[in-house]
Amino acid sequence: MKAQGIVHKYGDNVDTDVIIPARYLNAPDAEELAKHCMEDIDKDFATRVNKGDIIVATKNFGCGSSREHAPIAIKASGVSCVIAETFARIFYRNAINIGLPIIECKEASLDIDNGDEVEIDFDSGVIVNKTKNHTYQGQAFPEFMQNIIKAEGLINYINNK
Amino acid sequence: MGMTMTQKILAKHAGLDSVTAGQLIEANLDLVLGNDVTSPVAIKELEKMKVNSVFDKDKIAIVLDHFTPNKDIKSAELCKCSKTFAYKNNITNFFETGEVGIEHALLPEKGLVVAGDAVIGADSHTCTYGALGAFSTGVGSTDMAAGMATGKAWFKIPSAIKFNLIGKPAKWVSGKDVILHIIGLIGVDGALYKSMEFVGEGVKYLSMDDRFAICNMAIEAGGKNGIFPVDEKTIEYIKEHSDKEYEVFEADEDAEYDEVYDIDLSALKPTVAYPHLPENTKTIDEATKDDIKIDQVVIGSCTNGRISDIRIAAKILEGRHVAKGVRTIVIPATQAIYLQAVEEGLVSTFIKAGAAVSTPTCGPCLGGHMGILAKGEKAVATTNRNFVGRMGDVESEIYLASPAVAAASAVLGKLASPDELD
Repeated sequence: MKAQGIVHKYGDNVDTDVIIPARYLNAPDAEELAKHCMEDIDKDFATRVNKGDIIVATKNFGCGSSREHAPIAIKASGVSCVIAETFARIFYRNAINIGLPIIECKEASLDIDNGDEVEIDFDSGVIVNKTKNHTYQGQAFPEFMQNIIKAEGLINYINNK
Repeated sequence: MGMTMTQKILAKHAGLDSVTAGQLIEANLDLVLGNDVTSPVAIKELEKMKVNSVFDKDKIAIVLDHFTPNKDIKSAELCKCSKTFAYKNNITNFFETGEVGIEHALLPEKGLVVAGDAVIGADSHTCTYGALGAFSTGVGSTDMAAGMATGKAWFKIPSAIKFNLIGKPAKWVSGKDVILHIIGLIGVDGALYKSMEFVGEGVKYLSMDDRFAICNMAIEAGGKNGIFPVDEKTIEYIKEHSDKEYEVFEADEDAEYDEVYDIDLSALKPTVAYPHLPENTKTIDEATKDDIKIDQVVIGSCTNGRISDIRIAAKILEGRHVAKGVRTIVIPATQAIYLQAVEEGLVSTFIKAGAAVSTPTCGPCLGGHMGILAKGEKAVATTNRNFVGRMGDVESEIYLASPAVAAASAVLGKLASPDELD
């Protein structure tokens, strides 16, 4: 399984309140949420983002509220993967559970810049920065989590069992 | 190798004699929680599953507390969806306006969580119940759906940080100050993926309300859960509120911890977290030098809407008046607390002091309703997050503090210490 796209870069502690502000949680439809994704940290993200694009951030991405609306908004906006040095644990779980690929890699999170073109191989955890011609080794998922992502989420995974 | 308190509870619920950090397990759950924001998403996921019913109608709690009393039509639809599901499945513990309280104050009060339980909730502050000696953690809606269907959840066994609490807190120092101090010390990701285990002789000086506030904000340090040992105060609380059987777990003496911190409670001062992260802490004596004028005070939330919080705020506001121009909003966390506040005359005190008293709701804490901030406005709040835009406009500011500091700030119209009042 691979992802490839252009990077939108953010810093530390991107919280789920800025990924999808609570004022939009009263309408949990994925397409509706995507219209407001990242609105409080990056006002034009929803209009700028293209299918396949990649979000790269540094530490503790997705901290705060447990709202699954956050990874849902990111996935519905077309983002193919989120790379970060670390993820907040509920966001990490939620992303896997809804089938949004994420990968932890400190080196990539620090070296990749906004606008770089990046390719990720989820089976090996290898991340290639095509713009800079750099390669980074990210953490591949344990098999259990890869199976959930391949099933496109926990519900399908349980249904398939 | 010994196990931490959290590891022992998880091992028991996975039917294992022992577990080690990093191990993946499937645990049986004692309670699965959702609210009006997260339940509808879970219900939609559950409908995709090949199941016709929930695993146990008595072990699910649906608490409509976030955008309630329904703030708009869309929120009303979310509540209607949750209610229809709860009625269809005969969910025993369904609470809506009139009975509802803020979930993490309500569930312990209703005796739905006791020592030794394993609980997941589709709300990040589900970690609150660690105060009762239970393992509880926040999850998303899909985990809630899977939990409602199967009564199980997968976990990676966490390692832990030990906080050894020493000494007796000084006047005005509450559980909120203890946890803000700790978050300031280790940072908002200082306990990422880990348990925060609070132990030591200082524990006996902390009330149950203090312990709830401390465990409540474990998530603000990135923690998977926060947990206190079970002592006489815990047992007394559980017996007063619940008929459920409880089980006391203790960490092994040779349990391994990633880090150990000694926290001298007697040396702590009231602590405030500045915008826009709970780790941006200052002690109140430093903070008052900044002369921060405020527009709003919120006293309430799953962190600090319990009776001792309401009492201390009332004690400070008794015979005083909030400063002109400071909207002061007091929100008792449950109906029982609200009634207690009425019967003790605290609500009269608030109204005479010029404060608004609201029915229980999460409301302003997450920028839902009942106290949204405009551009440039500043609030002192007893809530748990001060992220950008959390309570309103992205250019508003939230200062997190204890109920005592919040009430003093309301009177003086600026971020203030209770010691500054005559």
